[in-house]
Order: sequence, then structure tokens, then C-alpha cells
Amino acid sequence: MSIGHTLLGLLESGPRHGYDLKRAFDEKFGHDRPLHYGQVYSTMSRLLKNGLVEVDGVEAGGGPERKRYAITEAGITDVEAWLKQPEKPEPYLQSTLYTKVVLALLTGRSAGDLLDTQRAEHLRLMRILTDRKRRGDLSDQLICDHALFHLEADLRWLELTAARLDQLATEVRA
Amino acid sequence: MNRLRDLTLGARFALTGGREGWTRTLMTAIGVGLGVALLLATTALPGALSARDARDNARNDYGAGQETPAAADTMLIARTDTVFGGDDVRGRLVQPEGDRAPVPPGLSALPAPGTMVVSPELRDLLKSPGGKLLRERVPYKITGTIGDAGLLGPHELAYYAGSDSLKGHKTLSSNRIDIERIKTFPDKKPGEPIDPILALLIVIIFVVLLLPVAVFIAAAVRFGGDRRDKRLAALRLVGADSRMTRWIAAGEALAGSLLGLGLGTVFFLIARQYVGEVTIARLNVFPSDLNPSVALALLVGVAVPAAAVGVTLFALRGVVIEPLGVVRTSVPRPRRLWWRLLLPVVGLGLLIPMFDKGRDTGFYNQTQVIGGTVLLLIGVTALLPWLIETVVRRLGGGGVGWQLAVRRLQLNSGAAARLVNGIAVAVAGAIALQMLFSGIEGDYVKSSGEDTARAQLVVPMSSNLSKAEQERREENLKAVPGVTGTTTLGNVGLHTPNPDDQKYVEMAVGDCRALREVGELPSCKDGDVFVAAGGEFGGDGAAPGAKLLFESAWVGDRKGPETPYTVPRDARTVQARPDPLGTKRGGLLATPGAVRKFTKISVYYTTYVTTRPGDGTAADRVLNAAWRDDPFTRARALNDVKTATKFSGVRRGLYIGAAAVLMLIGTSLLVSMLEQLRERKRLLSSLVAFGTRRTTLSWSVLWQTAVPVTLGLTLASGVGLGLGAVLLRMVGRPIHIDWPSVAGMVGIGGAVVLLVTALSLPPLWRLMRPDGLRTE
Amino acid sequence: MTPAGSLLLAKDLRKSYGSTPALDGAEFSIHPGEVVAVMGPSGSGKSTLLHCLAGIVTPDSGSILYNGRELSSMKDAERSALRRSEFGFVFQFGQLVPELTCTENVALPLRLTGVRRKEAERTALSWMERLEVEDLGNKRPGEVSGGQGQRVAVARSLVTSPRVVFADEPTGALDSLNGERVMQLLTEAARSTNAAVVLVTHEARVAAYSDREVVVRDGKSRDMMLEHSV
Repeated sequence: MSIGHTLLGLLESGPRHGYDLKRAFDEKFGHDRPLHYGQVYSTMSRLLKNGLVEVDGVEAGGGPERKRYAITEAGITDVEAWLKQPEKPEPYLQSTLYTKVVLALLTGRSAGDLLDTQRAEHLRLMRILTDRKRRGDLSDQLICDHALFHLEADLRWLELTAARLDQLATEVRA
Repeated sequence: MNRLRDLTLGARFALTGGREGWTRTLMTAIGVGLGVALLLATTALPGALSARDARDNARNDYGAGQETPAAADTMLIARTDTVFGGDDVRGRLVQPEGDRAPVPPGLSALPAPGTMVVSPELRDLLKSPGGKLLRERVPYKITGTIGDAGLLGPHELAYYAGSDSLKGHKTLSSNRIDIERIKTFPDKKPGEPIDPILALLIVIIFVVLLLPVAVFIAAAVRFGGDRRDKRLAALRLVGADSRMTRWIAAGEALAGSLLGLGLGTVFFLIARQYVGEVTIARLNVFPSDLNPSVALALLVGVAVPAAAVGVTLFALRGVVIEPLGVVRTSVPRPRRLWWRLLLPVVGLGLLIPMFDKGRDTGFYNQTQVIGGTVLLLIGVTALLPWLIETVVRRLGGGGVGWQLAVRRLQLNSGAAARLVNGIAVAVAGAIALQMLFSGIEGDYVKSSGEDTARAQLVVPMSSNLSKAEQERREENLKAVPGVTGTTTLGNVGLHTPNPDDQKYVEMAVGDCRALREVGELPSCKDGDVFVAAGGEFGGDGAAPGAKLLFESAWVGDRKGPETPYTVPRDARTVQARPDPLGTKRGGLLATPGAVRKFTKISVYYTTYVTTRPGDGTAADRVLNAAWRDDPFTRARALNDVKTATKFSGVRRGLYIGAAAVLMLIGTSLLVSMLEQLRERKRLLSSLVAFGTRRTTLSWSVLWQTAVPVTLGLTLASGVGLGLGAVLLRMVGRPIHIDWPSVAGMVGIGGAVVLLVTALSLPPLWRLMRPDGLRTE
Repeated sequence: MTPAGSLLLAKDLRKSYGSTPALDGAEFSIHPGEVVAVMGPSGSGKSTLLHCLAGIVTPDSGSILYNGRELSSMKDAERSALRRSEFGFVFQFGQLVPELTCTENVALPLRLTGVRRKEAERTALSWMERLEVEDLGNKRPGEVSGGQGQRVAVARSLVTSPRVVFADEPTGALDSLNGERVMQLLTEAARSTNAAVVLVTHEARVAAYSDREVVVRDGKSRDMMLEHSV
């Protein structure tokens, strides 16, 4: 995730202080990992250098956290361009699981067991996420759902692979 | 053009639509086929009856030409009809008077004296041990068989026997069988005007039997309609518009009905082969006579497919077929009553002007009768959906089975009404008919007045019998095994002397015991004479002291002299009493001693015979004994009611017809019930999963049929009684409700419901097995 | 948890339809208040397992103990009575009786056990409130959406306060949002009444509402709970 673009986007609704920015970020997107102050200031100084933000005012007492930032025209254009550009879909071509399955087949270990264990593990995580979704608000639900759908996709792959293990075995051993 | 294309497309679907399409088409075809067979049979019936009439006319020998002189082309014929074991036997003795004497139809030549030609049925009867007693009365040698042209039906009992003794008997008295001289067959112009009430009856019978068949055919073309609708939805998905789907559906129905026409013809032809074996109401016809008239058959051939198309288009009128497999009935309007009431009201309006026409003015406008009756009965089919909807909407409470049934009916009361319509129409019509029957029964089923408690047979003797010969014959009758007693009454005619105002006076002659059969005698000894008062005839000039003349006896071809007679002054007046034949004689009652001196008078003796109760063959033995003494005897068994068996036969026939129609409709009820159950297979299984008891669902099936049928039968009884009352008024008879026949018809209707429910239970239970839950 | 505390315990179940084996040695256990997902590809025998556990189908061999009683030795009438009073059912397509109103559908299982109409419908209405479909009371199943219908079906399965609810692909005909909601309501309601839920599904996200899963493959199933306790 591009922290720079996210902070720029947050500034678009109006000028904010650095610590305001951090709090807003944590609240909306930070769930698992809150931003470090350092991260905020280094990002802001980069944006300042590129002319995407400007300092709107400084409160008495000095220090970087007292600076109030405002977005520039160039900044707005930059956010817009970022939002317009589609994210590159993740190809997931390098799969550890696939490697494990093939190795299990090659070494004569039970690939089925491996898949079963993996499934149980996936489901365990899905249960946790489902539970959290149940307790959480809408943003919690959306975020958990995102994860759940990915896990479900993995699980479908596990099912499919389990159903085709014999076929795969003859191929990798050939 | 487009419609034609859609129709053919639909017909192709019906024939090539895979197993399901085939089953549906076949179901429709069988249903329509049964209906068509019944239609063909009914349209053939008038033809069969008139063919029978034609046969009857062709051999008719009741001519007016008694005075024809003997010639080379004449013949003498005696009608020796008899009854054997309750069956009529048509008998003729023939004696040609020249070599060009006429030959009756069915015969190649007249039988020689002492021989006879017989119908196949009579031949078999005479050969069988059961025919032994008849053989004594018909002892002639069988030399041939009467061809079909000379018979009314394949099972008629008939014979023509040759004789050489008819000439001598030609001028015998009226107490014996007539011998007539005829020149040709037929000897009379055929065709006598049909009784207007009978014509009315026949018209009503047709309407009553055909209307439910029509309703049934309408139901048959809708067999499997729900699944068809799903298929139509799929057609919408690939681009058919809703008008096209309707015509395609109509095409499917058309194919089914055309197939049904073919099947119906086959059913009819098969059934016709067996019609000769069946005798209903003494009516037995040749299969070859049962030919539908071309016009009516064509009408059936056109009307049935047209009706199939019409009904389908009409049925789909309220259905919106959406492309996505959704079939919705467009917003159901509550059924309106006024136009439904209009039908029976108009029907009544057509019938009421014909009130009290009776049989006097003689004729009913057939179109008006048919129109009125049809409208009244169709009114049932129009009122029933409204009635069911209205009643069912108010139903509630009750157990789960009841609730399921009621709710289902509430949701789709139209389907229920459709199914019951046929039953309702059939029952309404049958009730009306039965009412009409029992109302006019008095006209056609007269009590003959004959009292079978007093005598079982009557043996009239010829006049001119000597007293000794009469006594000998009476002894012969007494000697017959099974005879318990005889009573003989003589009959002598007298008249008042004034030629300008001649009054006929009867005199009964018999011993005191015999006279008590015709008068309430206070006391009696030989030599007494009584004057009978209150007689129906022959009493006008009879009074003590009256001077009378004996009717002159015939001597050869001339009348003898008239002997004067004076009624004794001391003759007592007594109340006349009906004799065993039901006649109340008036005039004089004389003991033998009172008339012994009059030797020249001719007495007609009649012997009444009583037989041992329960002896079934005694009557035939008495007839045989009478025949031995006089082959031209008119001896016969007494009957309480005339034509009673004939009429009850017609009513029985109506019952059978109505039951057959109800059965037919029962099958369509069953088919749709099974169809509905199959459609709900998964739902039924899920109900079983909940632990629903079999009995609960069985009750629901029963209620689901019983509620609309009960309503239908109630309405049908009402309309039937109403129509019956109207018909009775039309023929000018008092309105009398024949409750047993109402109960009978309603009972048959109820039995059909029970049967349908019983037959749908095994499949229901099979469907209730959990297999239905399996999705794969 | 041990098998001894199991509410429903099945071992070595075998069942064939004709020559096709549907179950070929399946085991299963569930405890009061537990939600167990039965997973597996289609045709693996999940539904047959559920039908056997619910006493709808009698297995060819094997044992099913419900509350310590052997199901297969019960008479059909006894099993029906059990299903009426102690089990609840949710099917993929609701299988609501189309001519009854929603309230009447929910009240139906109660009515089958002999509860009077008024009372049954009152109880039904309180369950419909919990499943947020009380507004549909007088509508017929044909007039409500799939998700609403399925919630009505869930209300119906719970109305008798059953000890076990059998749910066969309860979200199979729903979109994910409706499916999630139905699952959430079902599991919450079941937990609140301490009813066990046997949840047949092939969807992992639905299975995630369970406490644990039993996987059926080729008619065989292994219940980890039983393995651990052995």
C-alpha cells in the first residue's frame, strides 16, 4: 500500500497536523499495524520536496509534529492519478504450497495428509476472522472478508488439488 | 400463417419432446380417446335405434288388410308370442295360401308345416336343458336360422313355424290368438310419431351424458399443464414471444387431441364388437347397427381438436410466461358472480315458457330445450369456481392436514374447480333426469291393476266350448305340478231390448266361490243372481226385474237368435269387486243354476290359476298345458306393473352411464392429483424430514379432494333438483323429489372421491420416502 | 470433550443406493451447542451422512447413537417423533410449503407435535422476530426473496427448540451477503439455545461459522474429535 498516496488523500479534505494524519490513518486503515511517527515525517518531507504538499502553518513550540500540512494542486492531481490507475493483480505464481505438494509426491510422502493439515489450518484462520467479523463494524467486516475470500480461494485450490493428486503424481514421477 | 407455424411447432414438441413430452401427449390422447369413444357411441345410438326400428318395421305384420281375400300371394299368420322365463319370445305361425306368398326378412323360404326357422339365440336355448319347457310349446322341427335381417338384435328369441291348420281357425273368437291374412312384408307403413316427452327425455339424456364428457375432454387437454408451462418458459428464453408460446401450447394440445381422436375411434371399434353381447333395458343391438352418423362423427372430429386449441388458449389467458422459467398467474381478480348467474338464469328463461306444455300440445322446441338445459348445466361449471373460492376463503381452523388442504385450495381454487366441474355437471344432470323419470314414470309404468296375490296366470278359453270340455281343460290345468288352485268365471253378454237405446249388460257366471272374486256377496247359494253395483262397465241396464236379451252367439258366420232374459225380482244388489285382472265388472253375477236353462247362449270361460309361491317353472308348465289344449291360447302370466322392467332398465342404464362418466372424470382427478404429488416430491420429502406423519398428509390429500367435491355435489344437487323441477313442470307433472336417486348420485360422486384418494395414497407414501431429498 | 459427552455419535456408517456406495465407513460426533461443518466435494456423501444422522435414512450398517439411544433400532414412528420434537431442519431451497403463510410455515413443526394453532403461531412469531423476518408473517413463500425465505426456514427449524439442527447447504441458493447473514443468525440462535448444528456445506466461508469440520471424501469421513479421544 502506498502510504504517501494515502496520506495525500487524507489531506485532501483539509490541512492537518502530522499527528492528526497519523491518527486518521490508524483509525481507518491501520488495524493491525499502526504507523510510526517517523514513517509519517519521512513521508511528509518527501512529499514536501516533490511539491505535493506545502506547510500551511507551524504551531508555537516548533518540532516536526507541530507542522500543519496542506495539499497542493499537484498533490491533488497525483492522488487522482493514483486512484485511477488499477492495481496490478497478484499472479500468485510462486506458491510454496504447490512446491510442498510436488516434493511430497516425489519423496513418497502423503500429499493428501499435507493438504488436509493445510486445510485445517486455513479453516482455523477463517474461523478466527469470521469471529472477528461478527464482533466488528463494517470496516472490520470488509477487511476480514477480503482475507476470507483469499483464504477460500486457497481452500478451493486445496480441494481441487486433492481431487487431482493421482493425476499429478503420475505426471511428476514421469 | 405464423399461427399455423407455431401450431405445427407445438405439435412437433408434443410428439418428439422426449419421454416427458410423450407421456403428457399420451395421457391427453388416452383421456381424449375415452371421451371421443363415448361421444361416438352416443352419436351412434340414434342410428342404432332407428336401424332397430327399421328392422322392426321391415318384418311388421300388423296390417289392416284382414279383409283381403285369399290369393296366390297371401298368407295366414298367427302371432304366437310367448314369455319364457321372463324373456319375450317372438313367435309366428305361417301358412302360405299360394306359391307367391310373402317371405319375411331374414328367411329364404317359408318353413314347411311342422318345421320352423329360429333365431340363433332361440336355437341355443331350445337345445339347452334350460329350454326343455319351452320346447313343449314350440315343438316344431328346426330346419333353419333366421338371418340378421329378420332380427332386432343378436340375442332376440324368435321363430317362424309353418302350419297347415290356420285356415280352419281363421274366424276364431277374440279370446284366442289372432290369425290374419297378409300380402306383404312390411304390412304397414313404418314410422309412428314419437311421444314428445320421450323425445324430450332422449334429448336431455344426450345433453346430460355428453356435457360431462366435453368437460372431461377439456380437462384432458390440460393434463400436465404445469410442466408444459415450464417448457414454454424455456421457449421464451430463446426468443419466442408470449403469443407464440400460447399457440405452441395449443399445438401441443392439438397433437394430443388428434392422437386422441384416433385412439377414440379404436376404443369405439373395439367396444362395438362387444355391444351385441350386452342387453340393457331389453335393448340389444347388432354391432353393425351402431354406426355414428357421418355428420355427427365429422362434427366430433372437428369439434374436439378445435376445443383442444380453444381450451388451451383460454387457459393460458391468465398466465404470464416469463423467459426465466417463472410462470405467474396475472393478478388474480376475485371472481365475479353476476355473469356466472346469468347462464343458469338465461337457461331457466328458455325453459320456463315451455311450462305445462304437457303431452297435449305435444311438442317442445328442441333447440330451446337443449339450449336451456345446456345453459343451466354449464351454469354449474361457471358457478362452481366462484362458490369454491368464496367458501374456501372463509375456511380455517382444524388440524395440520386440513390446514394444508385449505391453504392449497385458497391458493389455487380454480384448479380444484376445474377438476370437479365434470363431476358436478354429471351429477346435476343425472339428478334432474332421475327426477323427470320418476315424475313421468306413472305415465309409462302403469300399475296394470292385476293382482298377482289372487292369481298368477290367466287362461282364457274359446267360446263355444261345451261345459264338459271347459271342465276337462280346467282339470288339466289343476293337474299341472305346482298349481294350487283354479277359479273359472264365465262371461255372457246381454243388452237392453230397445234398439234405439241399447245398453250392454255383462253377466258373470260362476259358482259362489268364483263369483266372490268379482262381487262382495253377503251370502250365496246355487241359483242366486246378483246385480253388481259400482262396476266400470256393463252395469247400466242391470236392475232387478229388468228385461234383457242375450247377445246372440255366432253360429258359423251368422248370428244366432237372441234369447230373452228377465233379471229375477229378488236379485240382490252387491258391491262390485275387481277381478284378478283388475277389472271391476258391473252387470249381473249369476250362479250356474240360474242360467242352466239357457243352453243356446255362448259363454266365454276364463280360468285363473294360482301356483305354489317360489315355483319358478310352474308358470311355464301351465302355459304348456294350456297350449296342449289349444295351440292358439292367449294364456299368460299376470303382471302387477306393465313395462316396469323396461323402465327400470332405462334408469339402470342412466345409472351405469353416469357412473361411467364419473369414473372417467375420476381418472382425470387421479391423474392431476398424481401429477401434483410428483411435482411436490421434494417438498413432501422435506415434510417427512420434519417428522410429518403419513396420516397427516393423507388427510390433506383427502380434504383437498373432498372439499371441492362436496361443494360441487352440493351445487350439483341444487341445480339438478332445480332443473328436475323445471323439467317436471314442463311436462306438467307435480314436483316430487326423488331422494333415493339424489342420494344415489351423490353417493357415486362421493365414492369417486374416496377411490381417487385411495388410489393416490400408495404413490403419496412412495413419494414420502426420503429419496426425494437427494439432490443429485 | 469426549465421545462420552456426545449428543450424536456415528461410527462406521455404510449405505449404498443400488450398487452405488454413498457412505463407506463414515464417522461423526457432535456435542450439545456445537456447530460442526460436514465438508467435502459434491457427491462425496455429505447429504447421505446428514440423512442417516437425522434418522431419515437407515444406514446399511454402522451405529448412530443419539443421546445414548441407537437410532437404527428405533421404529419409523419413533424416529419420526424424534425428528418432530428434537431435531430441526433447514434445506438448500427452503422447502417452505408454498400455500401456507410464512408464520404458518414456521409454526408447522410445532403443530405437528400437537401444539394448538394460536400458541404455535405466537411462538413462531417470536422466532421470526429473532431472525428479523417478523414483517413477512402474512406473506406466502412465493412473495418473499430467497434470503428472507431461508431465514423463515431457519426460524422453522428452531421453533421447536430442537437439540440438533440439521442444515443441508442452507446458503446454497443465496448470494454471499444473504448467506452470511443467514449463517450468522442460525449459529447465534443455535448457540443461544445450546442446540447442536450439523452443517453440510461445500463452501469454506460457510464452514468457517462452525466450531470444527468433518470432511467426507468418497463416502469416508474422519472425525478428529474421535481420533484424539481414542
